[in-house]
Amino acid sequence: MTNHLTQEIARPRPATAGDVEEAPAVQHTEISVRPDEFRQRGPVEHKEKTFELNNVSVSYGKARAVNDVTMDIFHQNITALIGPSGCGKSTLLRSLNRMNDLIPSARVDGQLLYHGADIYGPKVDPVQVRKVIGMVFQKPNPFPKSIYDNVAFGPRTTGIKGDMDEIVEKALTRAGLWDEVKDRLDDNAYGMSGGQQQRLCIARCIAVEPDVILMDEPCSALDPISTGRIEDLMLELKERYSIVIVTHNMQQAARVSDMTAFLMVELTADEKSRWGELIEYDDTTKIFTNPGDSRTEDYISGKVG
Amino acid sequence: MTMRGVVASSAGAGETPRRSLEAPSPRYGEKAIKVFLAACGGLSVLVTTGIVLSLAFGAIDFFREVPVHEFLFGTNWAPSFTPSHFGVLPIVTGTLNIVFWALVVSVPVGLASAIYLSEYAPNRVRKTIKPMLEILEGIPTVAIGLFALMFLRPLAADVLPFLDWGGVHSIGVAGVAVGLLIIPLVASISDDAMRAVPRGLREGAYALGASKLRVSARVVFPAAISGIVAAVVLAVSRAVGETMVVLLAAGARAQITANPTDSAQTMTAYIGQTATGEIAFGTVAYYTIFAVGALLFVMTLIMNLFAIRLVRRFREVYE
Repeated sequence: MTNHLTQEIARPRPATAGDVEEAPAVQHTEISVRPDEFRQRGPVEHKEKTFELNNVSVSYGKARAVNDVTMDIFHQNITALIGPSGCGKSTLLRSLNRMNDLIPSARVDGQLLYHGADIYGPKVDPVQVRKVIGMVFQKPNPFPKSIYDNVAFGPRTTGIKGDMDEIVEKALTRAGLWDEVKDRLDDNAYGMSGGQQQRLCIARCIAVEPDVILMDEPCSALDPISTGRIEDLMLELKERYSIVIVTHNMQQAARVSDMTAFLMVELTADEKSRWGELIEYDDTTKIFTNPGDSRTEDYISGKVG
Repeated sequence: MTMRGVVASSAGAGETPRRSLEAPSPRYGEKAIKVFLAACGGLSVLVTTGIVLSLAFGAIDFFREVPVHEFLFGTNWAPSFTPSHFGVLPIVTGTLNIVFWALVVSVPVGLASAIYLSEYAPNRVRKTIKPMLEILEGIPTVAIGLFALMFLRPLAADVLPFLDWGGVHSIGVAGVAVGLLIIPLVASISDDAMRAVPRGLREGAYALGASKLRVSARVVFPAAISGIVAAVVLAVSRAVGETMVVLLAAGARAQITANPTDSAQTMTAYIGQTATGEIAFGTVAYYTIFAVGALLFVMTLIMNLFAIRLVRRFREVYE
């Protein structure tokens, strides 16, 4: 059954959105991600673990947002977190670089290791954590400063030594933005388009030379062309960094990620409230072609969520 | 809901529904309220115009007797003496002295408390401190004046015994007292301005590994600068206009001095003192009040215009 399904998906065919829905040949699932949207990729290499999450739960006050997540996130991989709104994927992402510390009521339970070291250990400085684990947000949030100062902010903050002009140029080049902005580095960043602003935020993030980049729905405010650029950029950045991306766009997860985690809103044990739970975590190809859990399948095929 | 019902039923009957598009009533009440609201808005404009005009007419009468340049550039202020002198500079410098000392106290303390309130304070602390600050703002200025005269001035003499404390009046002490008075103003408005800075900007900076201090100083503060400048300008206006504290604590000697232990009269203190004393209507001394008042008005006006330009230039626009 499952083999049949995989073949069904992998076979190239003229694809339209309607086509998938009308095809009764696919028996128990109608996966809305088209085969040609999968990136050409070999088997996922699992290098060293960047993050190890052991029974991680995140709560806001008394309300638990994510319950009992256990997963490993690997180096030089793009890991996608998908799931319906309110399933806690952003919360989980923000616990990886202690951004949740900024919310006074937030609490993280369980063990969250970064290269074997406890991120929530007693001697760990959240400021230091965020230097190593950068973040790009849903809404482009450049500072109301010049393009140059936006990129230079991070290196100046962390005290990176070296020629600042060079650092800025390198970061903007890697973010694929240099040619567009090299003649107007002193202009205010708010004069840029949304897509440019988001790439500026990525440049700002990589100027600090982090090891990991967390992306919280980085393309949800962008048009398809800007989205395509940022996806290409992510695939390039993956050579140097580990990337964890939260996305509502399943095609995007299928296109760029190596590993995909599916989270879902579930009733709590006492059935009085709801929290997010990790349903399935596997190679992206497997999640999208041969999911192991019927809930994943329903979500990916558009039956729920 | 009704509409849907109408459409459905008439569609069933096969007719086009015909409902009047004209207003069901002339709505006189709404028009009356509009006029009333406009009148209230107009009232403040009218009052302002009235004040400006009354100042202007008085000042014009004054300048019939005293040449403008003698008033503006004269260094001897003795309007009720014989022979009288109408050089306004001594009381202008008196005012500037007060403003200086008031800002020295209120801007650093006010901004520091604003940064604390908006960036550092837990919600509960903020909710306690902010109303307290606003109460401080409401303390009658005469009480602050007494406090300056009876408490601050002796305290200053104890703490800084090496200075030459002449009389009981001191511009420095009066200025510091005015500064205490306007700390809540600076803190409260700056706090509002900094809290209005979008959360996303802070998160962006934190995510780059910036410490709280750096986020406050390099991201939040510059983004809020227009509001902060507005706070400082309001503080200056308040210090320029403050009367009771300086009347009590700075004394009534019109003299040009930069020494904070000296006494000096300010423009407002002159007006306050003269207008409450015996003064004959129609005399030059009477019109002097209006001239000084008009000058005060022009000074604050220029300052506000200057501030508006400053805000436009330094504003960091955020969406």
